[in-house]
Amino acid sequence: MMSQKKDVDDRFKQFGTVSFTSITKTNDFIDYLKDNKVMGTRCKDCGLSFFPPRADCHKCLASNMEWFEVSGKGKLVSYSKLQYAPIGFEKDVPYCIALLDYGDYKVFGRIAKDLTDEDIQVGMEMQTVVNELPSGQLNYVFVKA
Amino acid sequence: MGKVAIVGVGQSTFVRSYPGSIRELVFEGFKEAMQDAQMSTTDIDASVICSAPEYDKQRSPAGVFAEYLGLNPQPTFYVETLCSSSSTGLKLAYSLVKAGLHDAVAVIGFQKMSEISSSESQERMGRGADIQWESPFGTMMPAYYAMYAKAHMKKYGTTLDDLALIRVKAATYGQLNDRAVYRKPVEFEMFSDPENRMAGPVASPLRVGDCCANADGSSCIVVASEEKAKSFSKKPVWILGVGAATTSVNLAGRDLFTGLSVAEKAAQQAYQMAGVGPKDIDVAEVHDCFTIAEMMAYENLGFANPGEGKELIRAKETYKEGSIPVNVDGGLLSKGHPIGATGGSQIRTIVLQLRDEAGNIQVKNPEIGLVHNIGGVGLYGNVTILGR
Repeated sequence: MMSQKKDVDDRFKQFGTVSFTSITKTNDFIDYLKDNKVMGTRCKDCGLSFFPPRADCHKCLASNMEWFEVSGKGKLVSYSKLQYAPIGFEKDVPYCIALLDYGDYKVFGRIAKDLTDEDIQVGMEMQTVVNELPSGQLNYVFVKA
Repeated sequence: MGKVAIVGVGQSTFVRSYPGSIRELVFEGFKEAMQDAQMSTTDIDASVICSAPEYDKQRSPAGVFAEYLGLNPQPTFYVETLCSSSSTGLKLAYSLVKAGLHDAVAVIGFQKMSEISSSESQERMGRGADIQWESPFGTMMPAYYAMYAKAHMKKYGTTLDDLALIRVKAATYGQLNDRAVYRKPVEFEMFSDPENRMAGPVASPLRVGDCCANADGSSCIVVASEEKAKSFSKKPVWILGVGAATTSVNLAGRDLFTGLSVAEKAAQQAYQMAGVGPKDIDVAEVHDCFTIAEMMAYENLGFANPGEGKELIRAKETYKEGSIPVNVDGGLLSKGHPIGATGGSQIRTIVLQLRDEAGNIQVKNPEIGLVHNIGGVGLYGNVTILGR
């Protein structure tokens, strides 16, 4: 008998320029990205919202999550433009990493490449949108609101 | 329970690339601490080994060191909180002695960052954060601290010139420290010369001159019970307060971006335990992995109000002759930053200061000193208060 190949749900390897992990209970995040949505999770028991999404609630110790879409505008908390990058990211340089504050939660990511240095100001309103990298990998970036 | 003392301190010279193995590197700091304590290995009841394991080829180095240093069959412990590993080790040693389990414990910090190739090191740097949700964006330590710098500058009007002043101070004292990896002077003008390496951009707004250097090094602190300390040491230095705190790895889980919440919390604990306040500190070592980190430390430790750290460096109050001398051994910026050895080196500097044995960097008559040692990007905060 042929040995049976086990199905491994490694969808998360598609996240970002280099993904360092491939297996997580939040793998549906990738399907939502393909559907053009950036999603966080919310605990159905206590209502706590999480971004980045997580499978388990540390407040009520339940694992009863629903997905919600990161929508509307966030405020740019801070950012930095990198002139050097770790292995695997060299082709992306220069790029800006940044943090947006949505009130209930914050989102860490990159600023869209087409924004100039003059365009970017701490405190400005931005939106999070899905982005496909030249390699076909998926992430999300911040654009002007 | 009696008090807990530090009875011996040692460190290797911090170098770019140590010409020996990790056990030989560790021997250097250990030997100096044992000679300083005037102890033999049979006086040591346990060892605590501290490092960031991603740089090690050796699995479980604690056992290897226990053997090489002649510390068999005593128990050994391995602790890790990234760049603050040896402050965490000190807290563990304090607890072991305070609990009466052991009378004398050697806290041994080390890192041979050159153990792995520079490309391996670069790869690890990329994983120095939340590998699931942050690292896929291409993150690095300087860029995270740069985000804090940007937020601090925006909120408080701190300038790049203020940050350059911190580097100039570090180099002033680094030149005097024969254990430092970077012993050259740094002039303020270098930062405004685009041709100068110091002014080169790394991650905006931080420049090459705002960042500390990787290094190989080891440190050792011998911690002892009051009774043992009094029988061995002519000048025991007492551990008066130990504070430690953690926060979210992912920046998305944090609320403060103009300072490190873990430093504030660890400082509150340490001050309360020691029964002292910021004004009582005569000399301090703070974790200046980047210039902005020292600026935030001034404020998080209460040496200055939030946003007013820049006034301290502008007025040279953190120089040796100032009201609160900080990093008069060159700090991480000039001394170098061998991850696991750094906290022990900071503690050594303060112990020597409190014993009036700091030579050409001696602060006048200090009675209480403080060590601020941070792991990761403000992930782990450790504050230790020592008194003579």
